[in-house]
Amino acid sequence: MEILRIENLSVSIDGKPILKNINLSLKEGEIHAIFGPNGSGKSTLLFTIMGMPNYRVIKGKIIFKGKNILKHSINERAKMGIFLAFQNPPAIKGVKVKDLFKIIGNEESVNEFLNRDFLNREINVGFSGGERKKLEVAQIFSFKPKLLLLDEIDSGLDIESLEYIGERISNFIEKEKITAIVVTHQGNILKFIKPRIAHVMMNGKIVCSGEPKKILETIKKFGYERCEKCK
Amino acid sequence: MQVEKKIEEDLKKVGINLENDQPTYLQVDYSPIIQFSNIKGIEILNTKDALKKYSWLKKYLWKAINKEKDEYTKYSSKHEFNGYFIRIRKNVKVDVPIQACLYLNTNKLIQNVHNIIIAEEGSSVNILTGCTISSHKAGTHIGISEFFLMKNSKVNFTMIHAWSEGTEVRPRTGAILKENSIFTSNYILLTPTKILQTAPKTINEENSKSYLKSLLLGLKNSNIDVGGESILNGKNSSSLIESRIVAKENAKVISRGRIVANSENAKGHIECKGLLLSNKAEIQAIPELQTKNKKSELTHEASIGKIKEEELWYLMSRGLSEEEAINLITSGFLNPEFMDLPFSVKIQVEKYLKEKFTM
Repeated sequence: MEILRIENLSVSIDGKPILKNINLSLKEGEIHAIFGPNGSGKSTLLFTIMGMPNYRVIKGKIIFKGKNILKHSINERAKMGIFLAFQNPPAIKGVKVKDLFKIIGNEESVNEFLNRDFLNREINVGFSGGERKKLEVAQIFSFKPKLLLLDEIDSGLDIESLEYIGERISNFIEKEKITAIVVTHQGNILKFIKPRIAHVMMNGKIVCSGEPKKILETIKKFGYERCEKCK
Repeated sequence: MQVEKKIEEDLKKVGINLENDQPTYLQVDYSPIIQFSNIKGIEILNTKDALKKYSWLKKYLWKAINKEKDEYTKYSSKHEFNGYFIRIRKNVKVDVPIQACLYLNTNKLIQNVHNIIIAEEGSSVNILTGCTISSHKAGTHIGISEFFLMKNSKVNFTMIHAWSEGTEVRPRTGAILKENSIFTSNYILLTPTKILQTAPKTINEENSKSYLKSLLLGLKNSNIDVGGESILNGKNSSSLIESRIVAKENAKVISRGRIVANSENAKGHIECKGLLLSNKAEIQAIPELQTKNKKSELTHEASIGKIKEEELWYLMSRGLSEEEAINLITSGFLNPEFMDLPFSVKIQVEKYLKEKFTM
């Protein structure tokens, strides 16, 4: 059954067009990967699905569980089960990690990725890049999303952390039958998470879709230019 | 004496619990209702009776504050007053906070308060003062507080105010800090107030330290002008003046700080952090540093801004509405941790803040 459908979606930020005519369809429990160079619009797509107000939808639809969600606020979308793991989550002074888990749910997952001391720390204040990522992942476990948007979860992680996080997310997605869009620049996370299909984004358009492994190999060998021709 | 249930409930809003078994002073308008101490070496009395009881006390009246300072001090010195006299005897050290409350009950009354606090040599005490007004009434509260910290003494004074939109509040606080004494003044205001103007002033002698901190929530049409002033006369004396301000709706908040260094190795720092939650609100920081000694060190730092949208959206993406997210960030910003409140006082203040920003 289809859980997410994106139709002819065009998005601009501050009047500047970023996404152009994006079409995407995800079945329940399906994982899609999105590759693309920096600034191609990968993160914009995820932020738009989450509903960030500065990402203006010029045209098109985002249909989640049969309903066009464009009019819904960020928190309403969160309540529907959409979760975005940020590439660069902000530091929020004065708000503690345990306050965050009061919103989301059970705080036990913090133990699995960081440690209990983090509960009393301010959100991401003084956290290393890896710690920020771990806090994002801990939230996924507590939130149990229906639709998971992973934005460069593999960037800035050392090999050990990547392995630890990668294995756990992959198992969790499988166990909970979570639908996911995995945005990755390097593709490292795909050692663990196995998408059914991958798309390549360039200049705000999906230029190519296909078997993830093949596409990744092409990119690594020939760069994104080859993808544009989609051969 | 029996205290009206209504007053008892109102006082809880400023962190005062009359059911607690601890030294307490309660004054309604001009009448002392409770003046009680169960700790040896701590005396609590209304100022009027104290002046009758101790002839020497007269010389402390208007010693830490110049009665010609402004129209309110002038008014206060010429009119009937009452207030609390708290005396902590030599070397008496107590953790349990002394509670002092001044309650404005009669509509449109001018409550003229004069408090005298004497911490004798080597003593240490925590005082929690709560001042409030019977709901929906208007009035004027002029509060003169004079502190005398003798050698090696320590006073941690926390004042929580909850007034109404029709109240004018003019506390005037002065403190004389003798050698090695430490004075902390924490001022907390979280309700709308027509006009509030206060700036505790300390005169610091050798090795003394003052911490003048305020936590202010400007609401509705509040006009708030709060600060601190320290004159560092003694060698190695220091002062830290720090404020956290949130301004909402149409509130105007001024945060002042003034430190004058007259002595060797005097150190002073002024810090103001402000969060603006409305386009009609205003926060202004006015730091003033003056040094007459080249071996002194005075600094200041101010940052005033709005909540960053990305912080808001992040919390919303976890399920909070915009308003809930703003409340969470605001209550975090107003976290009283920077004030070094005594534990028991901290619990009461945190409880109060929690009720204010229910999640």
